[in-house]
Parts: sequence; C-alpha cells; structure tokens
Amino acid sequence: MKRIAPFLIIALVLIAGLIAVWALSRSSPSSNPNRNAATPDPKLTPAGAQPPHIRGNPNAPVTVEEFADFQCPTCGAYHPELKKIEAEYGDRLRVIFRENPLVPTHQHALVAAQAAEAAGLQGRFWEMHDKLYENQKAWSELKDVVPLFVDYAKQIGLDADRFMRDLNGEAVAVRIFQDGKRSHALGVKATPTLFVNGKEATGDSWRPEGLRLLINQALSGASGP
Amino acid sequence: MTDEKPIAWSYLIAAVVALVGLIDAIYLTVQHITGASLRCTIISGCSEVLSSPYAQVGPLPLAAIGAAAYFVVFSLAILAAFGYRSAIPFLKIILVLMFLTTLWLLYLQAFVIRHFCQYCLLSAAVTTILTLLVLLSARLKALSTRRVER
Repeated sequence: MKRIAPFLIIALVLIAGLIAVWALSRSSPSSNPNRNAATPDPKLTPAGAQPPHIRGNPNAPVTVEEFADFQCPTCGAYHPELKKIEAEYGDRLRVIFRENPLVPTHQHALVAAQAAEAAGLQGRFWEMHDKLYENQKAWSELKDVVPLFVDYAKQIGLDADRFMRDLNGEAVAVRIFQDGKRSHALGVKATPTLFVNGKEATGDSWRPEGLRLLINQALSGASGP
Repeated sequence: MTDEKPIAWSYLIAAVVALVGLIDAIYLTVQHITGASLRCTIISGCSEVLSSPYAQVGPLPLAAIGAAAYFVVFSLAILAAFGYRSAIPFLKIILVLMFLTTLWLLYLQAFVIRHFCQYCLLSAAVTTILTLLVLLSARLKALSTRRVER
C-alpha cells in the first residue's frame, strides 16, 4: 500500500487542483458576465457629485457611468478605447465620469482627482481629465505632482491662482466625497468599473468589446416596444 | 525505494508548503485568465504587477507556469517522503531553478515595476522556505550520516 500511496496522493491533488481552477473560474464575478448584476435602486443610491461630469449628448438613450482613478494604469490604457467608443456612438451615448481614487494604492490618485475637479470648477474638467490620462506615466512616478498639474492647468487655459486655491478647497473635496459615497453604495471595488444605463458591466464586459455589446443591448432595449 | 523506510518528515513538510504555493499560483492563474487582475484595486500593487508584460511568458500566464512548478515540487516531495530517493536530485534542481526565478521576479517588482503584489510575495516566501527546507535537510542528513560512520 505504501508503494502506491504517494501516487494516489499526487493524483488526488491533481484532481483537486483541476476542480479548483474550474470552480474558481466559474464563481469568479469576472468570468461570468451574465451574473445577476441587479440594477441598483436609484432612490437608495447616493447620486454622486452634482452636476455630474458628462461628455456626449446629455439626452442620449445610453449612459455609460465610469468610476475611475487617474493613476490606475488600466484606466489610463482604457481612456483612448472609451474615446473611440464615444466617437462610434456619437449622439446615442453619454459618458459620466466618477472619481474613484484608490488611496493609498496610488499615491497621487487623490491629488489628480482634486486637479480634475478643480479644473471642473472653471469649466475645464474634461480637458484636465484627458491631460491627466495622456500624461499618466510622466506624473505617476514623481514625488511632487502639483507643479506639473499647475502647468497642465495653464496649458488648458485655467486661472492658475484659482486652480491652486480650489485644489484643496471644500467644493472639490465635497465632489470627491459624494462620488465616493456613490461608489461605495454601488460596491465598486476596482477601476475602471462601468455601468451601462445603471447596470454594472460585470466580468470581462468592462473591456471595449464587452462594453460595445452592452451599449448595443441598451440601444436595442431603448428602441424596442 | 523500500517499504521499510520511515516517512521522511522534512519532505512531507515540503509537500505541504508546496501545496500553499500551488493554491496561491492557482488563484493567480484564475485571476489572470478571467481578466480580474487587469483592473486596479485597493490591494496595493497587484494590478501593476499582474498586468505588466512580465506576468506572461508567450501565451502562458506566469502564474500557470508557477502552478505547474509547485505541482511538480509537491509530487517529487511526496515521492521523496515515501522513500523514492531518486526523486530528491530532481527536487533540488527544480527548487534551485525556482529560487533563481523568484530572485529575478523580486528584482523586477522592486526595480522595474516598482510595485509589490502580496500574492507574488507569498509565492516568493514559499519558494524560499522550500529551498531552505530541502537543501538544509539534505545537508543535515549528510552531516548526521558522516557522524554515524565515524
């Protein structure tokens, strides 16, 4: 018996390992885009910062709400993809951006969110949003990012003195806090997290091809009977 | 291999430690396959490490290669524990290779990616413990055999 015992143990562990891979892949929320992603009750969920940052047609039939972190490399890589999708769908799509800085994972995420919101107070949120993503690698490794953000502010035509005041001001803090409350209530755990007409893009559907599929579904639902 | 030899406990412990590494590597493989590791989370550094180009070797996730390596280590340690002495040299060779790979991966995390992932650090710890356990136990055994011979 002792002669075959090690082979039995090895076979058992191999089978258990294969079952574990199969079970984990099935149970992982990332692998199951059709998992019950219940649409949250809008009455019970905090609305987030108001007015929200909207790009595209404000009355579009489909809304993509993105929770993102300016220092998250995946969000940075996703930024041009989302822009492509926005261009493809034109007036049929609006995108809402929500602040979701992953602190302390990303040391400059909060100040980047503050910079975008401070720009937003001067009506240039999206310009700063794009600037931050397009230059993510340049500022992510810096010790002090504020001088560079002030440069960005000047480049997009902001009043630099006001930008500096607003950066640590209450209005900016309140907006980030309100988005954070919404993010928490919706159970956002990773960035980017996207909702299409209030329904979370679960599994791999956050990826561009999956998002297109969800937008198409939402559009066919919107134009249906 | 003989039926009379007692179970070598150091190899049995090594097999249990390898199981920890195997579970960790399976978890990371599933995270890679499902794409979950690509997104950023509050778990510091993991998304940076696991979405880096170093997390993949050709079409294979590095974690899957790690899982296979831990399974081989587990199998060889179990065989060694049950008296299959011919498994021991293979176990030592694979552990040395895994330890060198671990050092390389730690260097990448520290100086290239500049982020550490806890799951990768756990795997590094497991490999280090396994290497020390197997190499030291072989060394101690050799020393004790020499003393008996004297």
